[in-house]
Amino acid sequence: MENTLGNYDHKSEYTTLNLGPTHPATHGIFQNILTMDGEIIVDTEQTCGYIHRAFEKIAEHRPFYQVTPLTDRLNYCSSPINNMGWHMTVEKLLGVQTPKRVDYMRVIIMELARISDHLVCNSVIGVDVGALTGFTYVFQWRERVYDIFEEICGARLTTNIGRIGGLERDFSPSVIQKIRAFVKEFPAALREFTNLLERNRIFMDRTIGAGPINTERALQYGFTGPNLRATGLDYDVRAMNPYSSYQDFDFIIPVGINGDTYDRFMVRQQEMWESLKIISSAIENLPEGKFFAEVPEFFLPPKEEVYNNMEALIWHFKIVMGETDVPVGEVYHAVEGGNGELGFYLVSDGGRAAYRLHFRRPCFIYYQGFPEMIKGSTLSDAIVTMSSMNVIAGELDA
Amino acid sequence: MSEINNAYLLKELQEQFAADILSVEEPYGMLTIELSKNQIVSCLTYLYEHPQLKMQFLTDLCGVHYPDQKGRELGVVYHLHSFINNLRIRIKCFMSAENPEIDSITPVFAAANWQERETFDFYGIHFSGHPNLKRILNVDEMDYFPMRKEYPLEDQTRTDKDDTYFGR
Repeated sequence: MENTLGNYDHKSEYTTLNLGPTHPATHGIFQNILTMDGEIIVDTEQTCGYIHRAFEKIAEHRPFYQVTPLTDRLNYCSSPINNMGWHMTVEKLLGVQTPKRVDYMRVIIMELARISDHLVCNSVIGVDVGALTGFTYVFQWRERVYDIFEEICGARLTTNIGRIGGLERDFSPSVIQKIRAFVKEFPAALREFTNLLERNRIFMDRTIGAGPINTERALQYGFTGPNLRATGLDYDVRAMNPYSSYQDFDFIIPVGINGDTYDRFMVRQQEMWESLKIISSAIENLPEGKFFAEVPEFFLPPKEEVYNNMEALIWHFKIVMGETDVPVGEVYHAVEGGNGELGFYLVSDGGRAAYRLHFRRPCFIYYQGFPEMIKGSTLSDAIVTMSSMNVIAGELDA
Repeated sequence: MSEINNAYLLKELQEQFAADILSVEEPYGMLTIELSKNQIVSCLTYLYEHPQLKMQFLTDLCGVHYPDQKGRELGVVYHLHSFINNLRIRIKCFMSAENPEIDSITPVFAAANWQERETFDFYGIHFSGHPNLKRILNVDEMDYFPMRKEYPLEDQTRTDKDDTYFGR
């Protein structure tokens, strides 16, 4: 009998599926136009730019301190890391040496931010495979982190925390007490979350082997952060180019093996334990001293002095109006953000604003690898792969 | 074997590309060279394949615009990183605004794909050999390159804002 399927055009049966831009499972405004063969993904076309806000252009027209709120809105799951990264970039340009206390306070804030970032990402992986419970549990703890941020700087999500040269105020006793309480009580919650997912048969079946990438391809695509470490390469900016006194702390860099969704999840889980270790060591060894460096031309004086002291008033005016000259030069500074190496390339021509400021946004670079990772897998695997990559729309589109 | 540092890196580069290295600087400890633009792919390939240097990670690629440098207004800045030696290098290539064209480095680094698109989007630099050079963050209909210095941040015809004292 003749095969009636002889002239069957397989390609004509492909379906085009629009995943996004506003789909609850994409966790942000991302569009992926998928070409599907049944349930298998054949090809992916990505679009981005839906929330592009021209930060780099704005940054060329604002004094340095006004760029900090822009960095908040890059990876808004861990804004303090972005803020600190920016402050340190400017400090590097100016040659400011911050006191140890500032470094330690910054480390505490950054590691708290990392924990909240990883909590969101990991619990969302759970949500995307149908395990909503963990998500609802850990969000209380993200709330606790935000309470600490609120106590430190008054803001919760887009923190605008710290200043060039230090922090705006010292840790109050209440902050210290809240951080201590967090360090003491969070392990139990994290263990509970661990028990819910890490060895959960369903979770493992859904995530092991989903969206894998090997080290070589990951490097080609410019992966950094937990996504790169999940493939087995232990590149961490905190260890390789220590900033803000990270060399004083003892922590290990967790790595995965297969670079799949489960490994990315596990790397983040372990990193939270390491962050906790760093926070507890920093809070116990918090050095005495000033919470700002002696840079009156960039660090705003306290309000009482502005009202009562001529010199402070002059500095205040000069800072707010951006009247201070800065060195001519170019500097690249990187910090380990929640999802990878967050770099700031700053070109200064000596003026009040940056001549050119480029943000190296980790997820903008590694999101390119997504089509390759999901090719040949099912749609449901693509969803968990995407959430495990921790792609943040604000950072992607800058 | 000599220690692998900026001096060694510069020596290795100068042996290979002496005529094409236009200037050398070292701001804030990062070796910065200006390279003639037609050598960029061969230079990056050389650094990638160099047995000791192994500059195999493209950290960053971005554009920059200096309207006052006549004939070499537009630049592309590459940041490379060698994980093995923990050594970074910055390479700059300049070109004229009339003919902003440079070879794409996507054959060497897949990560350059979107970053080159972004640079094209904002500065109008054409990367020849790029597989899909189109706008990425801005709308496709846009007919100018917004990060060039001649485009002001805000609409200059607005009369409801007076920013004279803020230098914007």
